[in-house]
This record gives sequence, C-alpha cells and structure tokens, in this order.
Amino acid sequence: MAAAARFLLRSASSKGAVSNVSGGVHSCLGVSLVKLYPSGSSTSKSQRRNVSHFTFQPDPETTKYGPTQKMNLFQSVTSALDNTLATDPTAVIFGEDVAFGGVFRCTVGLRDKYGKDRVFNTPLCEQGIVGFGIGVAVAGATAIAEIQFADYIYPAFDQIVNEAAKYRYRSGNLFNCGNLTIRAPWGCVGHGSLYHSQSPEAFFAHCPGIKIAIPRGPVQAKGLLLSCIADQNPCIFFEPKILYRAAVDQVPTEPYTIPLSQAEILQEGSDVTLVAWGTQVHVMREVATMAQEKLGVSCELIDLQTILPWDTDTVCKFDSAQKAVK
Amino acid sequence: MQKMLSIISNVLRGTASKNGARVVLSSRGYADFTQQATFDIKKCDVHKLEEGPPQEAVLTREEGLQYYRTMQMMRRMELKADQLYKQKIIRGFCHLYDGQEACAVGIEAGITLSDHLITAYRAHGYTLTRGGTVREILAELTGRRGGIAKGKGGSMHMYTKNFYGGNGIVGAQVPLGAGVALACKYLGKNELCVSLYGDGAANQGQIFETYNMAALWKLPCIFVCENNKYGMGTAVERAAASTDYYKRGDFIPGLRVDGMDVLCVREATKFAADYCRSGKGPILMELQTYRYHGHSMSDPGVSYRTREEIQEVRSKSDPISMLKDRMLQNNMASVEELKEIDVAVRKEIEDAAQFATTDPEPPLEELCNHVYSSEPPIDVRGTSPWSKLKSHS
Repeated sequence: MAAAARFLLRSASSKGAVSNVSGGVHSCLGVSLVKLYPSGSSTSKSQRRNVSHFTFQPDPETTKYGPTQKMNLFQSVTSALDNTLATDPTAVIFGEDVAFGGVFRCTVGLRDKYGKDRVFNTPLCEQGIVGFGIGVAVAGATAIAEIQFADYIYPAFDQIVNEAAKYRYRSGNLFNCGNLTIRAPWGCVGHGSLYHSQSPEAFFAHCPGIKIAIPRGPVQAKGLLLSCIADQNPCIFFEPKILYRAAVDQVPTEPYTIPLSQAEILQEGSDVTLVAWGTQVHVMREVATMAQEKLGVSCELIDLQTILPWDTDTVCKFDSAQKAVK
Repeated sequence: MQKMLSIISNVLRGTASKNGARVVLSSRGYADFTQQATFDIKKCDVHKLEEGPPQEAVLTREEGLQYYRTMQMMRRMELKADQLYKQKIIRGFCHLYDGQEACAVGIEAGITLSDHLITAYRAHGYTLTRGGTVREILAELTGRRGGIAKGKGGSMHMYTKNFYGGNGIVGAQVPLGAGVALACKYLGKNELCVSLYGDGAANQGQIFETYNMAALWKLPCIFVCENNKYGMGTAVERAAASTDYYKRGDFIPGLRVDGMDVLCVREATKFAADYCRSGKGPILMELQTYRYHGHSMSDPGVSYRTREEIQEVRSKSDPISMLKDRMLQNNMASVEELKEIDVAVRKEIEDAAQFATTDPEPPLEELCNHVYSSEPPIDVRGTSPWSKLKSHS
C-alpha cells in the first residue's frame, strides 16, 4: 500500500487520554478512510465496492520560480526531463517504451525534440537497464533510466544495491555513478493488483549510497526530479501513478530544484505528528482536518519527500515532535 | 454399421416429421464423413537438429471436431471477456489470447495432462486446455468465489493441476519451468514441462540462465517462445538483435513452427516431447503466431500496427477458419455440424458469463488467507496498526 503514516503520540499525560485518542482516531480511520470493514449485514446484501479515496490538494501557487503553467504530474515530469535534455547535452533517457512517450506519457515529445540517440527504448530487461545506466553514468553522461513499474525493479535490485550504491565507496572516489537517476511509477492505483501497485521504497531504504525521493504533487515532482538528476549520487525517483492525471497544479516552466533530504511541514500542530509521503500525504491532510474537527486534536503534518536519507531534524527535532509532549 | 446408422437416421427423421420435434442429426449419416485425412503442413526451420517434425499430419474426424470445439470455445471466451471488461464487470488487467488458439490447442494435443505447463500472463487459453472450465475462468476474471483461484488471482493468476499459471512478471516463469522439469526427471515418471514465454520476454536475462541450466542437466523441458510479433507495443525488430528466437537457445536445438496451424503445432510438440522424453535434454520451439487484440484491454492494438495487418491475418491465417476449411473440404464434417458446435459453445459461454456475473465475491474473511502456511491462524496487519485480519491457511 502507499506510504504508512506514523503516529508519534507524544501526548502521554494520562493513560485515559492516550487510549481515547488512539481509539478515536482508529474509528475515524476505520469508518471514513478505508472502508474494508463494512458492517456485517451490508456485505451479503449489496455488493458495495468500498475503496479508499483521497482528494488531491494542490499547493498554493508559487511565483518564486518564474511563470507557471497548469500541469498534471506526468506533464511536470516531462517538463523536468525537457529542461534537463535542453541544458545538459550529455543527458539521455532510456527505458521500456519511452520513445513513443511512455506508458504514462511522461516522455511524450522528447524523442522528436532531442533525437533518437538521446531518448531511446531498451528491450525488456530491468537488470540490463540499470546496469547499462550505471555504465553510462560512470562514463560521464547523465543517465535517466525508467523502470516501467516499480514492481519490476527487483531484477535490478542487485545492480542498484551492489553496484550503483557502492561504486564511489569501493573505488575510493575514483569512479562514481552519481549521474544516474532511476524513475519508476509507484504505488497503488486501485486495480493494479500484485504487480502494478507496489511501493518498494522500504527495500532500498536501508542501503547507504543511494537516495530515494517521492513527490506528493506536480510541483514537488518536477523540483525533486531535477534535484535527483543534479545530485551527484545515484537516485531513485518514485512517481505515484495514481496522481499522474489526478494531480493538477500550477507548475513553474523554468527549471527549479526542491532540496533533497528536506521534509516539508505542511501544517503546524501541537498534539500529534503525522509523517507521510507520496499519495498518502493527501489522505493525511484529510485526517488532520477530521482530527481537528471531531476530536479537537491538533496534528502536525510533515511530507517526508526524501525517504533516504530522511530529514531527521524536521521530524524529530524539539520543535516538532517534542512540542507535542506538552 | 453403415446400414444400421442409415436405418436409425431414417427412423428418427421419420419420427421428427411426425412429431414436429427438432432432431439434432445431420441429414447425412455420420458414416458418410471421412474418418481421417492426411494434411501437408509447413516445414519447420531447425537449429542444431538433423531433421524436424514430419511434414504431414494425420487428423481424425474426432480430433478435428475436438480441436475445433476447444478453439471456438477459447475464441468465444476471450470475446466474452472483452465484452465483460468493457462493461466494467471485469476490472484490472486482462490479456486476451484470441488469434493464438492454435498454440494452446496444438501444444496440449502433443502432450498429455500428466505433463506440466507454465506460461506468462496471457494464460486464459492454457487454463482451458489444461482442465479449467469456462465457468471457473470467467468467474476468476470477475473475481468471484467460484473462480479457479477462488477469486483472488484474477486474469493473470489461474492455475489447475499440472498448470502452474499464470505469471505476471515477464520471464520469471521460465526458471520455474526448468525447476518443474528437474522434478519430473528426478521423480522418473517420464513427464516433461513446457515453459512458455513471449517474444518480449525472450530478451530477459533469466531466460538465458535457464537455457544454460536446462542444457547442462539435460532437463526434460520444452521452451516455447510464442512470437506474436509485438512485445506490448514494440515490434520484434526493434527489441531484439536476433529475431530468430528458435536459435536463441544457442546450444539448445530449436524449431520454428507455424503457430497459426494447429496441426503444425501438434506435430512439432510431439516431436519435441519425444526428444525430451528420450533424455536428450531441452528443446526450444518458436511458435509464430498473432494476437488480434492489443497487449491488454487498455491497449487498442492499432497504434503500433495497422488495422489492415490485423484484417489480413484474420482472413488468411485464422486458426479456426483454417481447421474448418480443412475439415469441410475433406468432407470430415458438415457445415451444420460445425454450426451446432458453435451454438453449443455460445450457450456454454453465456451460462458461464451468467454464473460469473451472479456468483458472490469471496467473503472478507478470505482476504488475508494463505499468506503463510501456519497452523494456528496468524494475525495480519490490516489498514492500520489497530485493525488486524486473520490469515488462515
């Protein structure tokens, strides 16, 4: 499932209060968010389809990066890739089916604009794609590899963890594959089942040497992706596929970066800290509002953005988690 | 015998005209039909083999009718799945097999039900030939409890005895197939395993690892590459340095077979099965076939190929038409008889679709079952840390 929300309950003033909060929040979640437990009678009578929902909440428009244009998530990714190919003559994009635009339209128009030696298809071989990407990066070109679905990243797991992550370390900084960025559609979409819904960031989250970023919307997607490409370490960029069309925002057309390893506090609060990433941020936004309205609980909502290395300061620092102790 | 049959048919016809009841009997006695005929089939290109399968195939009337019935059933089932998908009764992913029926039916005709088979996600056809019923298959597609995987597998995960699915990850099923072949060899029951994959998967690394293991240990494995000319939307020339998929096994002998002709596939499979059973090791078959639908239901199938191309294959090489023409031209069946089969097939599909749409969904208690094999049921975390589901196995 999409990223977990960790509840850092710090309001431990009385046992009763804690159990109330947890029980209250539980029923809140159970009833409204994910209706996996319709009450006994209703399942047999009506075959109601209960699915979790979320509403994408765009950020307020920002002008600090220049003129903006309405884009959805896949268009913001295309914009980021377009900026990269325009400014960096060594940049190449490759993966399965990227030439015609990709199965999610993330690379539409790039091959026509920049040529077939810069945007090209690979055969069906994830291990080969990432291994090849590492080589391209080591040789000095900027490699942007696409894995068609995050669920297919496992054949490349060895290349990512054993080769890419450790290249700089094991060569004593003589070589590195920092120019490598791996992009993959990520997360559940409702009908994806076993192999089009996975969120594998946890498998990579304890591997020193790589960085992982997951955006919550188009503005963050472009900024984080450009940061990943610019970053001198191999990066994995997961794009929530359910947001490709659903998330529409005013996105700056010029290149801009959102720093990696910096979490964003979306909402200040004093009782509970909610940490989320990707699609789940929007679910948590609703939870925060509901907690405030129905329980009088003030939630602090943090979008982690970079999973590895994650921003421990913002999440755990005195001001955030500690203030909830009061 | 002939005389008796004509007497019976006369009597029945007589009765029919008296009672006005419709008798399901063709106007010619069954004995008028040719019981078997020999057909010339295309020569198979071979790789590292002295000779290929025979260039003639004998088809008996019974076999012909059986193949016709199965292929027609498969075709109608896939078209019904297409219809149900468009009505949103089937959700998720659906990869249809129409156009490739001769492959499934031909392979099954060359092996027995005690042999083993494993394929990738375009599995509806094989589920049918390996013993699944249309009811179970359609119910699995609609996710109901009467489905062949209890409604928890869906289109890509259908299994029957000696049929190991139904696998979503491209190429991952081939090493599994080699493993099954090892078990066959080890258990000494003279069984073999047919491992299928597509032209797209042929470029996956694990396939070549499997070739090496199978050849090294002389496993009774028939590798089958179903080359339908497009890996999703990519034409084979754009994905593969060598499109001679039957030669890709290098040290493994190979055959290139016309996958639209059920007799060609059957003879090639028999040849391959004999090769494996004689202990000579693995063999590779490339079936040149075609799919009419797109890669899946979300692919229209016409953005990377022309409608004319699809039409041309449909009119010139359709496997069902080919078999039908052969049987009619050689007086092995009558038009009415085949029409009756069509009607019966249609009815069975309708019944199955009816079942698939009305059967209830699996109960919520089944959601987490069979995660592990464990004696007391274990707790599985639900959607939040406080909600737990039970996993029975």
